[in-house]
Amino acid sequence: MESGIFHTTYESDMALRRTPWMRWRIYILLVLLAIFPFVANNYYLTLANQIGIVAIAAIGLNILTGFTGQISLGTGGFMAVGAYTSGLLAANLGLPWWLTIIIASIFTALVGGFFGIPSLRLKGLYLAMATLASQQIIEWAIIRSPLTGGVEALVLPMPTVFGRRANTEFGFYWVIFIILILVVFYAVNLFRSKIGRAFIAIRDQDIAAEVMGVNLFRYKILSFATSSFIIGMAGGMLANYRGIVSFERFTIEASIFYLAVIIIGGMGSVSGSIYGAIFMTLVPAILTNLGQTLGGSIPQMAKLIPFIRQGVFGLTIIIFLIFEPEGLAKIWRDIKDYLRLWPFSY
Amino acid sequence: MPRGFSHTLNSSTLQPGELQLKIENVSLAFGGVQALTDVSLEVRQSAITAVIGPNGAGKTSLLNCISGLYHPQDGRILFYNQGNEHELTKLKPYQIAKLGIARSFQNIELFKHMTVLDNLMLGRHNHLKSNIFTGGLYWGKTQKEEVENRFFVEDIIDLLEIQAIRKQAVGTLSYGLQKRVELGRALAMQPSLLILDEPMAGMNAEEKEDMARFVLDVNEEHGVSIIIIEHDMGVVMDISDHIAVLDFGLKIGDGTPDEVQRNPDVIRAYLGEDLAIM
Ligand SMILES: Nc1ncnc2c1ncn2[C@@H]1O[C@H](COP(=O)(O)OP(=O)(O)O)[C@@H](O)[C@H]1O
Ligand SMILES: [Mg+2]
Repeated sequence: MESGIFHTTYESDMALRRTPWMRWRIYILLVLLAIFPFVANNYYLTLANQIGIVAIAAIGLNILTGFTGQISLGTGGFMAVGAYTSGLLAANLGLPWWLTIIIASIFTALVGGFFGIPSLRLKGLYLAMATLASQQIIEWAIIRSPLTGGVEALVLPMPTVFGRRANTEFGFYWVIFIILILVVFYAVNLFRSKIGRAFIAIRDQDIAAEVMGVNLFRYKILSFATSSFIIGMAGGMLANYRGIVSFERFTIEASIFYLAVIIIGGMGSVSGSIYGAIFMTLVPAILTNLGQTLGGSIPQMAKLIPFIRQGVFGLTIIIFLIFEPEGLAKIWRDIKDYLRLWPFSY
Repeated sequence: MPRGFSHTLNSSTLQPGELQLKIENVSLAFGGVQALTDVSLEVRQSAITAVIGPNGAGKTSLLNCISGLYHPQDGRILFYNQGNEHELTKLKPYQIAKLGIARSFQNIELFKHMTVLDNLMLGRHNHLKSNIFTGGLYWGKTQKEEVENRFFVEDIIDLLEIQAIRKQAVGTLSYGLQKRVELGRALAMQPSLLILDEPMAGMNAEEKEDMARFVLDVNEEHGVSIIIIEHDMGVVMDISDHIAVLDFGLKIGDGTPDEVQRNPDVIRAYLGEDLAIM
């Protein structure tokens, strides 16, 4: 049981990890993340890498939707902008892969900021429609552009580090997790300083925020741009990780998938974005495995598996929306609160 | 024992009694509804100016014109600070906030999911300098300014006696406490002019008394000019230096509490209510 912690300075009172145990928990987690690739087989590494990329993009979306309250159905499109920018720069100009990812992130931030302009006038479902339009425009541009190769997949040159292939599961694990840690660090800090607080204020009560001095237009665009920067980065990483980019991965389905990740994980929660990414990656994987096992013994089942998977998925989202709108992050918080006071849990 | 307030709460550079806000012939209509008709009013530095009148008289609309939330079809509103004249009717709400004009709302408009501390820290928005890059790092200057401004906010927490709830989400607080936090958020802006829209509505006698004490404190100890809308005539007559009376969008009275109570138009508007005992 934890009790009676008093802070004597505002610095320590305002620290993120306010107790030694909280700090240790982070160190332990980091050590486990560093050991993981040495003990995990390729299958688990693949899952971890998928989770990492999904988590990065989900944090990006959560900044916009969960924290600033601007619903977006454009995640797939923004990820595509990142993926294609990175891919095209690497394939056509021969720029180093990491540089293409940085440029792609910046470019996606600009594109996202631009498509954020309607947010000054539109809210809620109307804004969702506007972002859906941006998704369609981006898809259309990719399919029609002579640059991108249209519906054909774009193949990237092999990313290397010191002359060695970087996009093995083991190699890219490090790229993904270092970036994920940086993004988490960034987001968590952002929301305890001026800009992040203004984002949350806009979500909670935009008129009051404006009367307190928040320039709504500027901050909404800033939120779109910041969010898109991170989503574009995830797109650029995905492109280099797979070595191939195809627009089919970035359709409206992807946009909905990411909304589901943050709804299940927790709107307005950085850690929730990660829980959501784990959940939404592992559940289908488990269902697929289950399907293969069952499919082996009962062949008729094999055909049904994809449908059951979709059904279970949809059902989960609905259950979360109804029973735990604050997502896995809230459930985890409740468990922690319970354990912290245990055995005196009144 | 509360420790003394160690910051300057009042950011106006005017001397007490100087003209601070000048509302000139403001008219505002919503479709067919004439909310304000040719309203003029002067507010002086360090005075408490009350705006009274029956429901629907246009009081809140007048404040919204000052905040830049409503745009009058006619007239202008001028604000004086640091040797400059600002035409508020040409500015956006966030620009008006930069001039130090702070306010609370009739229907509490707090950031419900944020803690009391964060709500007050948002009041510091214009005094903070971190940006989208440095904010995400929280190093050096960013941490320093967050801590410095925390000191300011803690002074307000002491002033309003809300120490015990500083880390609670505002949405979980009682109505009376939320009103108090909303005053705190406006004070955190270090106002040059403080606008309060019915800060005591819906409160019990004790809460009202506390709120009146805070308002007086801010005005008398710190010299902050205040415009207040309030229905409790006892409080209004007690604390105001100057009262403007609105009725159906028209200003029907303007003067000291004594003058207003003797004004026949005002008495007629309040027919049936006994102004003298209020
Ligand atoms: N945003 C608005 N849209 C339409 N009518 C409004 C709006 N705000 C105020 N009004 C109208 O203006 C009149 C004055 O309202 P208000 O300023 O809220 O009065 P008070 O604060 O004195 O009770 C009322 O008739 C009200 O219905
Ligand atoms: Mg009103």
